[in-house]
Amino acid sequence: MKEKIRIASGQGFWGDLIDAPYQQVTKGGIDYLVMDYLAEVTMSILQKQKNKNPKLGYAKDIPELMKRILPICKEKGIKVITNGGGVNPIACAEAVIDVAKSLGINQLKVAVVLGDDIKDRIDEIISSGCELNNMDTHDSIKNIKDKILSANVYFGAVPIVEGLKAGADIVITGRTTDTGLTLAPMIYEFGWDVKNYDLMSAGTIAGHILECGAQSSGGNFLGDWESIPDMAEVGFPIAEAFPNGEFIITKHNGTGGRVSYETVAEQLLYEIGNPKEYITPDCVADFTSIKLEDLGNDRVRVFNISGEQATKFYKVSCSYASGYSSSATLTYSWPQALTKAKSADAILRKRLQNLNLKFEEIRTEFVGYNSCHGPLSVKLDEDNINEIMLRVAVRSDDYYSVERFGKEIAPLILTGPPSVTGFAGGRPKPSDVVAYWPALMPKNLVEPKIKIVEI
Amino acid sequence: MKIRLKEIAHGRSGDKGDAANIGIIAYDDKGFEVLKKYLTTEKVKKHFEGICFGEVERYELPNLRALNFLLHNTLGGGGTVSLKHDAQGKTLAAALLRMELEV
Repeated sequence: MKEKIRIASGQGFWGDLIDAPYQQVTKGGIDYLVMDYLAEVTMSILQKQKNKNPKLGYAKDIPELMKRILPICKEKGIKVITNGGGVNPIACAEAVIDVAKSLGINQLKVAVVLGDDIKDRIDEIISSGCELNNMDTHDSIKNIKDKILSANVYFGAVPIVEGLKAGADIVITGRTTDTGLTLAPMIYEFGWDVKNYDLMSAGTIAGHILECGAQSSGGNFLGDWESIPDMAEVGFPIAEAFPNGEFIITKHNGTGGRVSYETVAEQLLYEIGNPKEYITPDCVADFTSIKLEDLGNDRVRVFNISGEQATKFYKVSCSYASGYSSSATLTYSWPQALTKAKSADAILRKRLQNLNLKFEEIRTEFVGYNSCHGPLSVKLDEDNINEIMLRVAVRSDDYYSVERFGKEIAPLILTGPPSVTGFAGGRPKPSDVVAYWPALMPKNLVEPKIKIVEI
Repeated sequence: MKIRLKEIAHGRSGDKGDAANIGIIAYDDKGFEVLKKYLTTEKVKKHFEGICFGEVERYELPNLRALNFLLHNTLGGGGTVSLKHDAQGKTLAAALLRMELEV
């Protein structure tokens, strides 16, 4: 058993700093690189891509990234774990194998976690007695069943551990919890009992700290943000984990950003509900048990973590089509910038009304005044406003109404208040609105499977 | 004495469906005592009038000198449906730090 492993976060979401994983594998020693690519919206986008082309449906950044890092990972023995397989993890693994072959690598084992995709099993699951009702609103899934675009179960760390036990250099999953990516190597390397819920919670909380990339190493830090050094070359976080469940959050020497009590604490509070019940497929972690000790030099010790047994359910996330939306902006300058923007909004709304268009919602915001803090925004003195951006957004089940809205923006330049600019790029087009349906499903209704793809 | 929350605490906010979560962390123990005593569910609900249209839940994390608030019915339908410029409530922690407390 290893006495310590170093797990590095390479991506906080699909679209994060492209160079971050490369920095993590080159700027210092690590054992594992973990990368979270899946937000809820990502699954429906990937499903659409797969519908058009059965070879797609995964994070296309992964093969590109592998071209750069695979030789380094092979040389240094760094294992890679990612949920970027999306709705087609097998195709992702095959693409990685192709990259490896093109690089002249003659031995590589990729473990693929399968079974999370239940889109084609919905009827069977419902008929077995699991109603898949919305866990927030308690509505019946029958209301949206015909509009479902993707449906996935969130697996935890255990299937990834199986992949590592099979000797994988890389583990690619579909819908897996972000925290499971980090917990899995700890279970595997330290031989943890998955029924030791304090240890499961420790690894889960390490995962929570790593899952948003640099958000725990100085990024998006609301404390003394101006004092964070060299954000241009920010170091992504690394968890140095020990067999007893303690870990140290740090980053590579010579990188920018900061790991401190405050930066780690902010990330711990991010997107949590009841802190005593952080529910994952692996455990129910207790965030009120966590102790932090700032060791200085960008090292924070995290210890004393406890938790409880996991629930008998997996979380299911379905995405479904829910109409169309569009948004548009125009910028008005001094003098009377806000008054002009308000006047333009009134003209636009009158025209939309005259056209008898149907909208579920029309939302107006004034960027530079109230688009972030709404009624809490301090009233502005018109004479001191340099410019205001008018932002109007609409949503409707009626495609025509949303499309027509897009044709009513540019005319405001010649038929509305003066000193207006910022309309470029053509008419805003309707976007598909994808809504989410969270549900619970008994764990015994689905079985994760491992498939090995190798050269 | 009036103090602005920003002087004694920092934090982070994000989305959980149509609810926003706001974590507020005191810089020191004294600050946490102020948070515990004065930053009540009612005060937060009133502060976010016109933004939060649902229930406000409040949780204590004394180990991190922090409070976590869940603001239901706040994000205009949630991340992907919402028409809000700040659809994920990313700026709401800062909005809470605007609050002035009479202590």
